[in-house]
Amino acid sequence: MSVSPSGSGGAVRGSVTVRRGSSRRSPRPFGRSSGVPWLYLAPALVVLGGLLVYPVYQLGLISFLEYTQAQVSGGEPTTFQGFGNYAELFGDGEFWRVLLATVVFAAACVVSTLAVGCALAVLLTRVRALPRLALMMAALGAWATPAVTGSTVWLLLFDPDFGPVNRMLGLGDHSWTYGRFSAFGLVLLEVVWCSFPFVMVTVYAGIRAVPAEVLEAAALDGASQWRIWRSVLAPMLRPILVVVTIQSVIWDFKVFTQIYVMTNGGGIAGQNLVLNVYAYQKAFASSQYSLGSAIGVVMLLILLAVTLVYLRLLRRQGEEL
Amino acid sequence: MKLAPRLAVLLAAAVVTATACAPQTSDNSSSGKDEKSGTLRVWLFQEVNTKPKEKVVDAVLADFEKAHKGTKVDVEYIPVETRAQRIKAAFNDPDSAPDVIEYGNTDTAGYVKDGGLMDVTEAFGSWDEAKDADPTARQSVTVDGKIYGAPYFVGVRALYYRTDVFGELGVEAPKSLDELASTAKKIRAAKPGLYGIAVGGAYTYGAMPFIWAGGGELATGKGGSYASAIDSAAAQKGIEAYTSLFGDDNCPAAKCAGMGGNDTVTAFASGKAAMAIGGDFSRQAVEAGEVKGEYAVVPLPGVKPGSIAPAFAGGNNIGVLKSTSHRTLAVDLMKRLASKRAQGEMFDAMGFLPTFTDVRQRVAAEEPFVKPFVDTLAAGTKFVPASPAWATIDSSQVLPTMFQEVVSGKKDVGAAAGDAARKMDDAFGSAG
Repeated sequence: MSVSPSGSGGAVRGSVTVRRGSSRRSPRPFGRSSGVPWLYLAPALVVLGGLLVYPVYQLGLISFLEYTQAQVSGGEPTTFQGFGNYAELFGDGEFWRVLLATVVFAAACVVSTLAVGCALAVLLTRVRALPRLALMMAALGAWATPAVTGSTVWLLLFDPDFGPVNRMLGLGDHSWTYGRFSAFGLVLLEVVWCSFPFVMVTVYAGIRAVPAEVLEAAALDGASQWRIWRSVLAPMLRPILVVVTIQSVIWDFKVFTQIYVMTNGGGIAGQNLVLNVYAYQKAFASSQYSLGSAIGVVMLLILLAVTLVYLRLLRRQGEEL
Repeated sequence: MKLAPRLAVLLAAAVVTATACAPQTSDNSSSGKDEKSGTLRVWLFQEVNTKPKEKVVDAVLADFEKAHKGTKVDVEYIPVETRAQRIKAAFNDPDSAPDVIEYGNTDTAGYVKDGGLMDVTEAFGSWDEAKDADPTARQSVTVDGKIYGAPYFVGVRALYYRTDVFGELGVEAPKSLDELASTAKKIRAAKPGLYGIAVGGAYTYGAMPFIWAGGGELATGKGGSYASAIDSAAAQKGIEAYTSLFGDDNCPAAKCAGMGGNDTVTAFASGKAAMAIGGDFSRQAVEAGEVKGEYAVVPLPGVKPGSIAPAFAGGNNIGVLKSTSHRTLAVDLMKRLASKRAQGEMFDAMGFLPTFTDVRQRVAAEEPFVKPFVDTLAAGTKFVPASPAWATIDSSQVLPTMFQEVVSGKKDVGAAAGDAARKMDDAFGSAG
């Protein structure tokens, strides 16, 4: 009778093995009790539960209530509204305008950030050590700058009266934040500036991991720089590109600081509002916490849907992630 | 992630202490206690320079502690920028809330709805000094016929102008709103580097007199039920008059549409504007600027030559929190802080205009600078609707949005005013 070295199957099969098994270390150290792994997971689960699940639950709950400052401080009773907050939100033309602006703006930011980040990552692999170091330091500097500081500095650069940009371009006192598109464009520049380093560094690390001979072979076959990126690097870097894309989508969809600071809370007549700033105005500026929560839930669902659809599309193309 | 976790973490933290899974609601009913000794806590606002204010307040407190044996008063000066959060937090957590607070008079109705302020109608009625409180100040502590505090000081705006520029161009201080516009454009034409009058698309309190001057109103009604009147013909005429000041012939829309009150005063103080609408409280800022000694102030003129446009009566009140456990003492402290004597001393220390007509007339005689402001007050001032909805209307930028839509050419006056009226009515409706 052979004793299965891999344990459990044998343990069930015969009495001899059981007796023998008891004399050696069990390959399943904790036997059948399924409680122990959970014990080890408990700290992580408590943290996740406390900081992720519970707040999201509260967010959802509040979005179904009438919950403003009067309810928080006990001036009026909290009442259940069902989908009242959502109905109010979806019935408000401004919400749809803001949603559309947010989607378009976030898409533009993601595309620009990825394009700039990837282009500079490729550039990093093509230049000598010193310029590479300089580029790296500049990028890290932009990355390390707090969003409020970055936004304020960009605003100053483009200031109609004192900004060096207008002086250099000879634009007189042209105001960049007055027009809707010019204001969005200015914010887009700042968002790209502070988020391309993440893409660049990640993609650069990925490119370094691509075997040199593959690139050499492509070059020997006469492939152009663009062709190498499209047919060799991009497919090989796909997992990395997926991660940075999802990250960028989430970040740019939720952009707050740049819009809040650079357009002074949403621009002339609210023309530059994005969802997150809109939610802030509702929830905190006017203390309509329940309406703000409803916007939060809608954003959460949109981002979940975008991420899931994106992952699904990739999976259908045969990529395991 | 800005909004969701912030709100959520805040709530999570709050709920850790509570056991229920419903969102937190604090029990802000009055404590029912009325202790006659112990420590009272007071929150007053920080100023640019708080020292002189502290001196006046300390004298009041010393008298108070002498009059009530066994009491002690702790004063805290809270920053104006974060007052909304602080006061909301105080309503949320009655245990660590102060007994007496200073608060902005446009917040009265909102705080009452939040259930934070105590009804002091009786004490105010039997207070011998209260009969001299001016009617607008009294209105600013009144909600639904009940009184929730004592007026502390008023702030009112008037027209600042550059005496040197006016002298050089040989123009006079404008006597009517039409003349104001033509003077502004004349100056801009002669001196293209200056705004004729600095105006801001987000400067609601500077724009309101234009609406009121022609007989327009923000809203009509009383108590709980208000209806917007911002789209009435008279109000639209005022909006037209104000927004016509934006343009390359006075204050270019690209720059001025986004400006708020402080921005226009800063533009004036730094010598970039020949006129601006500023408050009696703007004096320090203007004195610190380049135009020191070369400006004068007149009341903002109305539609008819020689008249004065009704100004917005801003200012602060002193109120007692519902959750106080020293009801009688707190009310007495409120009366002492806002008494005629304390207000007179506060004017000497800080330049804040008293809310008592007799005290105000006395100080105006001593200090010529405040004369145009006192004249403006005497000509009759107006106040925002005493509805909790006003806080929502204010914070959701209904009026700035309306002005900016007109100024930037997105909508005409009728359409913008109509939209604003609809938003205001929504707010009035949901505030009930």
